[in-house]
Amino acid sequence: MKFGVVVFPGSNCDQDCVHVVGEVLRQPVVSLWHQDTALHGVDAIVLPGGFSYGDYLRTGAIARFSPIMRSVEAFAKDGGLVIGICNGFQILLEAGLLPGAMLRNKGLRFICRFVTLRVERTDTPFTNRFQKNQIIRLPIAHNEGRFALDAATLSSIEKRVVLRYCDENGQLTESSNPNGSTDAIAGIVNQAGNVMGMMPHPERAAEEILGSSDGRLIFESMLEAFRHA
Amino acid sequence: MKKAKVCISLKAGLLDAQGKTIKSALESLGFKGVREVRVGKYLEIDLDQSFAKPSLRREVERMCHKLLANPVIERYHITLDDNGR
Repeated sequence: MKFGVVVFPGSNCDQDCVHVVGEVLRQPVVSLWHQDTALHGVDAIVLPGGFSYGDYLRTGAIARFSPIMRSVEAFAKDGGLVIGICNGFQILLEAGLLPGAMLRNKGLRFICRFVTLRVERTDTPFTNRFQKNQIIRLPIAHNEGRFALDAATLSSIEKRVVLRYCDENGQLTESSNPNGSTDAIAGIVNQAGNVMGMMPHPERAAEEILGSSDGRLIFESMLEAFRHA
Repeated sequence: MKKAKVCISLKAGLLDAQGKTIKSALESLGFKGVREVRVGKYLEIDLDQSFAKPSLRREVERMCHKLLANPVIERYHITLDDNGR
């Protein structure tokens, strides 16, 4: 399964994703430059974390108009697997591939630490290797992670919530919601289920030496979905 | 010279964490009667002659809709200078 990792000016998690796919999963992986439009026959696309275009105007607002994003949008419409991590999630929101928007964290601080998350759905191409309601540990690292959307849209995407911030027992509490996200939402998929956005960084927790290998299962789920496609 | 001034702020009802913090800072400095503070962005856009008068506002609205503001969370207000109006 061939992965493509998009590199925008200001991406800083792209090589971590390349490492996980290439060295941990042992799958072919190529970097996709934001100015190009060719996808080089990839089977899945990763929009990595970072500060694309310096977060100018709004996070992801400029990156979404990159030439590569036209190809990513067409790829997603064709059913191709696309995962946006952190800044990549913000770009997917700005591009309208996922509903909602990101606001400054409730506490106005950049948060960089491990959080616990509850896996709400295991029937997606990104989470099929987890157990339903499994509690996992992944790090977050963001300043604009407060997921927001209007009440009507929220009720329509209730079934598309894949990850929620929770405490160690899986309970949703105010203190376990690090950034004040609506309904403690940390990750969602689109209606077709082939596009996922998540604020936590699975690529930073894909090997035990990094404190958790839960993130590896996100990538392995994609591999599993591809094998059974 | 034509100039468009655009103010962008968070929609009503969305928690403006910065505004809330600034409000309490004002209060702690002794300013009384501050009901609410909303923080936004201000853009000044200089435009050349190619922007024809009748469609100027519509063009700036298009800019706001396509790039400058995110309609999910933000609202915008456009002011055109004398020549633009």
